Amino acid sequence: MDLIVFYLFALIAVAAALGMVALRNPVHSALSLAVVFISLAAMYVLLSAPFIAVAQVMIYAGAILILFVFVIMLLSPGIDQGAGVLKAQRGLAALFGAALIIELVVVLAAAALPPARGEFTPERIAEVGNVQAVGALLFTDFLLPFEITSLLLLVAIVGVIVLAKKKARV
Amino acid sequence: MLTVNHFILLSAIVFSIGAVGVLVRRNPLVMFMSIELMLNAVNLAFVAFSRYLNNLEGQVFVFLILTVAAAEVAVGLAIIVAIFRARESVDVDEVNELKG
Repeated sequence: MDLIVFYLFALIAVAAALGMVALRNPVHSALSLAVVFISLAAMYVLLSAPFIAVAQVMIYAGAILILFVFVIMLLSPGIDQGAGVLKAQRGLAALFGAALIIELVVVLAAAALPPARGEFTPERIAEVGNVQAVGALLFTDFLLPFEITSLLLLVAIVGVIVLAKKKARV
Repeated sequence: MLTVNHFILLSAIVFSIGAVGVLVRRNPLVMFMSIELMLNAVNLAFVAFSRYLNNLEGQVFVFLILTVAAAEVAVGLAIIVAIFRARESVDVDEVNELKG
């Protein structure tokens, strides 16, 4: 049963990823990316990470994608796709992409997993609660990255406002 | 029997598709979306390992990556909009100098 769900959502994710790269209209690409995000969220649920799945849908499909669609709609008539500097760019990209994927598949298919060493088996996660467990880790062991992330968000907000402001008339 | 290798292979495939997308597409917004696709593939790898090593740190890291990706998208899109305002076209091959 898990296998069927995995293959279904894996197929959807790969098809949508290919669609995102291949579709001409950028709005269609953005919608394909939304399908990828949601199928990956389904994968996270399969991997006993429901909190991350919901966070993924909320943040990626719900905020980041909306931002992309706004900017695509804003800039769409003016985006001028140049021809590209290298004539053979597509061929070379396809070649290197194929090399990358073959290398990754060969290396990862033969990789041996180290033995499980933590305490959070899926049963334990179901017992304690995924949100509670992630929250406990986030506020004890990972407190410094958490605080730095909040600082990063502040810097990003200020930066976006400064960059997107129209020039003041002097 | 679902093993970690299934998820890691899927993550590798999606990552490669994103990498090829960055190389092939010329539209800067689609290039940016391909980068987000690569980030998502890495997130999947993290969560898969977190599940199969019974360790929750992978999920915490994914949460932090989610946040950083959101901040990065906001700033990156603001930069693209600013470039578009200054030049009236966004050809990624023209934007190769820091001077405006």
